[in-house]
Amino acid sequence: MMAQANGHAQTQGHEHGHDGHHDQEELRQFGFWIFLITDVILFGTLFATFIVLRGNTAGGPGPELFELGGIIASTFILLTSSFTSGLAVLAMNRGNKQGLIGWLIVTALLGLSFIYLEVTEFTKLVHEGANMGTSAFWSAFYTLVGTHGLHVSVGLVWMTALIIQLARRGITPVTKRKVNIVSLYWHFLDVVWIFVFTIVYLMGVM
Amino acid sequence: MKETPAFKRVAAIFAVIGLGLITSGCANLIVLDPKGPIGEQQKDLIWFTIIIALLVFIPVMALTAFIVWRYRDKPGNKAPYIPDWEHNTKLEAIWWGVPILIIIVLAVVTVRYTYALEPSKPLGSKEETLTVQVASLDWKWLFLYPEQGIASVNYLQIPEDVPVKFELTSDAPMNSFWIPQLGGQVYTMSGMAMTLHLQADEPGVYMGSGANFSGAQFGQMKFDAKATSQAEFDEWVASVKQTSPSLTAQGYQKLAQPGVSEVLSFSSFPEKLFQKIVNKYVESEKKDGAEPSKNAEGPSPDVKQSGTSHANH
Amino acid sequence: MLEKIKSFASEFFVTGDPLILGAQVSIGLTMVALVITLTYFKKWGWLWREWLTTVDHKRIGIMYVIAALLMLFRGGVDALLMRTQLAMPNMQFLTPEHYNQIFTTHGVIMILFMAMPLMFGLFNIVVPLQIGARDVAFPFLNSLSFWLFFWGAMLFNVSFVIGGSPDAGWLAYPPLSGKMFSPGVGQDFYNWGIQISGIGSLMTGINFIVTILKMRAPGMKLMKMPMFSWSVLASSATIIFAFPILTVTLALLMLDRTFGTHFFTLDGGGNPMMYINLIWMWGHPEVYIVILPAFGIFSEIVATFSKKKLFGYKSMVFALMSISVASFFTWVHHFFTMGSGANVNAFFAVTTMVIAIPTGVKVFNWLFTMFRGRISFETPMLWTIGFIVTFVAGGLTGVMLSVAPADFQLHNSYFLIAHFHQVLIGGVAFGYFAGLYYWWPKVFGFKLNEKIGKWAFWTWNIGFYLTFMPQYLVGLDGMTRRVSTYGWDTGWFGLNLTSTIGAFIMGLGFLFQVWQIAHSVKFMQRDTTGDPWNGRTLEWSIPSPAPLYNFAVVPRADEQDPWWEEKKRREQGLPPAPAQPYEPIHMPKNSPIAFIKSFCWFVAGFGFVWGWYWMAIPGLIGVGVCMLVHSFTYDNEYYIPVDEIKRTEAALRGTV
Repeated sequence: MMAQANGHAQTQGHEHGHDGHHDQEELRQFGFWIFLITDVILFGTLFATFIVLRGNTAGGPGPELFELGGIIASTFILLTSSFTSGLAVLAMNRGNKQGLIGWLIVTALLGLSFIYLEVTEFTKLVHEGANMGTSAFWSAFYTLVGTHGLHVSVGLVWMTALIIQLARRGITPVTKRKVNIVSLYWHFLDVVWIFVFTIVYLMGVM
Repeated sequence: MKETPAFKRVAAIFAVIGLGLITSGCANLIVLDPKGPIGEQQKDLIWFTIIIALLVFIPVMALTAFIVWRYRDKPGNKAPYIPDWEHNTKLEAIWWGVPILIIIVLAVVTVRYTYALEPSKPLGSKEETLTVQVASLDWKWLFLYPEQGIASVNYLQIPEDVPVKFELTSDAPMNSFWIPQLGGQVYTMSGMAMTLHLQADEPGVYMGSGANFSGAQFGQMKFDAKATSQAEFDEWVASVKQTSPSLTAQGYQKLAQPGVSEVLSFSSFPEKLFQKIVNKYVESEKKDGAEPSKNAEGPSPDVKQSGTSHANH
Repeated sequence: MLEKIKSFASEFFVTGDPLILGAQVSIGLTMVALVITLTYFKKWGWLWREWLTTVDHKRIGIMYVIAALLMLFRGGVDALLMRTQLAMPNMQFLTPEHYNQIFTTHGVIMILFMAMPLMFGLFNIVVPLQIGARDVAFPFLNSLSFWLFFWGAMLFNVSFVIGGSPDAGWLAYPPLSGKMFSPGVGQDFYNWGIQISGIGSLMTGINFIVTILKMRAPGMKLMKMPMFSWSVLASSATIIFAFPILTVTLALLMLDRTFGTHFFTLDGGGNPMMYINLIWMWGHPEVYIVILPAFGIFSEIVATFSKKKLFGYKSMVFALMSISVASFFTWVHHFFTMGSGANVNAFFAVTTMVIAIPTGVKVFNWLFTMFRGRISFETPMLWTIGFIVTFVAGGLTGVMLSVAPADFQLHNSYFLIAHFHQVLIGGVAFGYFAGLYYWWPKVFGFKLNEKIGKWAFWTWNIGFYLTFMPQYLVGLDGMTRRVSTYGWDTGWFGLNLTSTIGAFIMGLGFLFQVWQIAHSVKFMQRDTTGDPWNGRTLEWSIPSPAPLYNFAVVPRADEQDPWWEEKKRREQGLPPAPAQPYEPIHMPKNSPIAFIKSFCWFVAGFGFVWGWYWMAIPGLIGVGVCMLVHSFTYDNEYYIPVDEIKRTEAALRGTV
C-alpha cells in the first residue's frame, strides 16, 4: 500500500512520479505547457504595448509602408510549416524515423524562408526610413514582430539540434518528448503569428 | 518568557504608540489641519478611515490577546483543548461576512468621495476662479498667472476664499504638485495638462512641495504658498509687474536647465508658454528626421520646437 | 595612453567617495581572504562538486538563504545610511546624489534580491519534503534559476563599485530613468541585473507549479496538501502571470536606453505612463508573491505550536487563491493621482479594498487555530504572533490608502513608506524569519538558540515600531518620500530622530540573529529525532538533515497532517505500516552547465551595460552553446543502489 516507489504502479491520476523515463518525460511536457502560459503573457504584453502606441508615428511614416503581398506569403509559409511539423509527429508516432527527420527538415526549411522574408521586409522598411528609433509606432512594431521572429529562430536552432539527436539516437522516450515539445512550440508560434498578422498588418492597412 | 508573554509587551508598545498618536496633537500635523475646502473633506475622510481601522483593530487585538493568554501551554491550564476542532460554518460565515460589510460601507463612501473630490471638478463658489499654470522644472517650480500676466518661481501667492484652478505640466521628469494644507496632490507630467482645483479659506503661508522623485536635487523643490486677502494679492501682482524683470523665451530656456533656483518673479512671460511646454514633444520629429535640437542657446520664440534638450547635461 | 587609461578608470570605477572607497577596499580584501582560505584548505573541488554544480533542492535552498541574508545585510546598511542622513535636519552625511542611489538600491535589493531568494530558499528546502517528493520537478532548471538569480544580483551589486549605482528609484519611472535624464550606466546595471535574475524567478515559478501539481506523495489530494505548499502554488501561479510583464517592461526600457527606441521617451511618440502601468501590473502582484508564502508559513507554525489542526482549511485555500487573482486588478492604486479620472479610481479603490476581506479571514482562521489549542511560545511562534499584530495594523493603513480621494493626501508621503514597510517587514520578513527558525533544524539538524532568538525578536519588534510609527505621523505632517534632507522649520526633527534610533535597534536585532546562528552552530545539541517541534507534516517524518534522496521509501499521505496522524496511531499502539522494501532510487546528476550559463549571462549583461559588444556577443554565444550542450547531454541520471540506501538510513536512524 505504501511505497509504489518504482514508478509504474499507477495509483491515481497525478500522484507520484519520480522514477522512470515515462513519468519524467510527462512532467517535462506539462512544464512546457506552463512555460507557454508565460510566453502568452509575454506576447500579450507586447501586443498591448503595440496597440497603445499604434497611432504614435510622431509625424513620421506609418503602416502605409506595409506590403501585404509578402506578408501573406510568409503567413502561408508558416502555416504550412505548422502542418508539416504535425506530419513529423504523425510519422514519429508510427515509428517512422526517416519520415520524422524528413518532415522536420521540411519544417525547418519553411521556417528559414519565413525568417528570410522577415529580414528582407525589415531591411526594406529601414531603407524607407522606418527604423526602431523612428517613432513609438515603429519601436513597438519591430519589437513585437522581431520577438516573434526571434522565437522562430530559436526554434530553428532547436529543431536542427533535435534532427541531429534523432539521427544519432532514433526515437526514444526522450527524443519523442523533445519532438512533441518542439512541435507544440511551433504551433504556438503559428497562433501568435495569426495575431500578429491580424493586429499589426491587417488592422494597420485597413 | 512565562512572566511576560509576547502579547503583553506588544500590547504595551501599542498602547504607548496609540496614545502617542492620539495625544501628540494630531492637530499639529498639517494634513489633519487643512485650510481649504478640499483639504477639509480629505481630512474628514482620513479620520473616518482611522475610526473604521480602529473599530477593526481594537477588537481583533483584544481577541488575539485573550486567545494567546487563555490557551497558552501551561500545566494546569483549565481551558478546553480540542486538537481536532477545525471547522465551524457559523463562525467562518461571521468572519467572511463582517469584513464584507465593512468593506461595502467603506466602498460606498470612497466611491462617493472619489466623484466629489475629483481634482478636475471646479469648486462651487461665487467668486471667480483664478487660473494658475504650474510647470515642474528640474528642480524648481514655475508658476504662471495668465490672467495677470506675471510669473514666479518657487513662490505661489493666491487670494483667500477664491477658487484656484491649477493647470499642471512638467518640463522635466514627472513630479507631483502638493500643498498639503490646501488639498491632495496631482502628478505633473510632460506632454499633459492636468487640472487641480484648490482654495485657501484663510490667509497664511502653507508648505508646498514636489512629492514625486524627479532626480538629483528633487528635495529642493519646496515652495511657499501664501494666501492673502484679495487686496494684498492685487498689490503683489502690481508690484511684480512694476519691479520684476520679464521672462523671455531665452530666459525660460535658461531657467529650465537642471539646477536649483531661489525665489524669482517676472513681470511677464512669453505668450502661451504653458501650451508650448505641454506641446513640446508633439510632432517633434518630422519626416526629415531632424533630431530634437540640442542647442540650448538662441532658440527663436516662434518655433515650437526650440526647446532645450536634456541630452547635453 | 596613460591618460586614456586614467580617464577610463575614473569612469569605470566609482571614485571620490570615502564611503565607497572603504567598501571597495573591504570587498577586495574579503575576496582575497576567501580565495586564500579556499586554497589553503584545498576546498575548491569541494565547493565546485558539492555546491556550484549541485542540483539537490536542499543545497540550492541553503545557497538561496545565504545569498538572501547577505543581501539583507547590504540592504540593511543602505537603510541605516539613509536613516543617519535623515536623523537631523540639514545633515551633510550623504550628498543628494548618493542618497538617491542608496534608496534605489535599498528598494531593489530588499524586494528582489532579499525577499525573493529567501522565499525561493524556503520553497526549495520545504516543498519537496512536505509533499513527499525526492526533488523538484526539474532539478537542473532549479539550479539554473538559482545561478541566474545569483549572477543577476552580482551584476546589480557590482554597480556599487563599478560604473555607479542606479538612482532613479526602485521602479525606475521614465522619463527619469531614460537616457535623457539618466545617461550613466547605473540604470543599465539595473535593467540587466533584474532582467537576468527575473528570468530565474520565472523558471522557479514554473518548476514549483509542476512539482506541486504532479509530484505529491500517493494519497495526497490537493485539498489535503499542507498549507505552505498551497501558498507556494498560489505564489508560483502569480509569478508565471506577473513576471513576463516585468521581462517585457525591462526589455523595452533597455531598448529605449540602448537602441534609441521610443516606448517610454518623451519624444518620438513614447508614453512614459505606459511604463508606470506596466511596472505596477507586475509590481503589485509581486508584493503578493512574497507575502503569500509567508501566510503559508504562519499556517504551518500556528498549527504546530498550538498542537491543533489548522482551522478553516478550505477558507484558507480559497482566500489564498482569491488574493492571488485579485492582486492583478489593483495596480492603479499606485497612482490614483495620475489623473485617470473618477471612474477608474473608484474601480481600483474598491478592488483594492476587496483584498482586505480574504486577508482578514486568514487572520481569524489563525486566531481560531490557536483557540482551544495549547500554545507554546518558541521563536517561530513568537514571530507569528508579532506578525499578527503588525500585519493587522499595516493592513488597515493599507485600507486607508486605498480610499482614493484620501490617498491624494497620503500618496508619496512617509505615511505610504510606513505602510508598506509595516506589511513587508511585519508580514514578509517576520514570516520568513519564522520559517527559517521553524525549518532550520530540518536543514541543519539542530535548533537555533532560543534565548538569543528572543532577544532578536524583541529588538526587531521594538525597533520596528520605533522606526515606523513616527513615519506615519511625519507623513501626515507633509514629509515626502525620497527627500534627502529637510529644514528645521518643518518640525520633522523629533519624529525622524526617533525613527533613526528605531532603525538602529532593528540593526541590533539583525546582529542578534547573526550571533544566534554563530552561537548555535557551536553549542547547540544535535536533534536526533528529526521532529524537534512535534510537527504535523511529512518533512518531520524523516531524519534531519534529510538524506540526499529525502525519502528512502515514497511515503503515503491520506490525511491532512499525515505525520501527526501517524504519531497518534503509534501512540495508540496500532501497528505501524509494514516496512516496504527499498528499491534503487533514480536521481539527477550534478551539472556545471547552469553555473557556466548564468555566468555567460553575467558577461553578456556586463557587456551590454557598457556597450561593449565584443564582450556581450561572446557572452550570448556562450549562453547558446551551454543550451546546446545541455540538450545533447543524455547521460544525466543515475541510480542509488539499495545497499547504499540501507547504509545511509542505518547511519541516520541509528540513534532514533
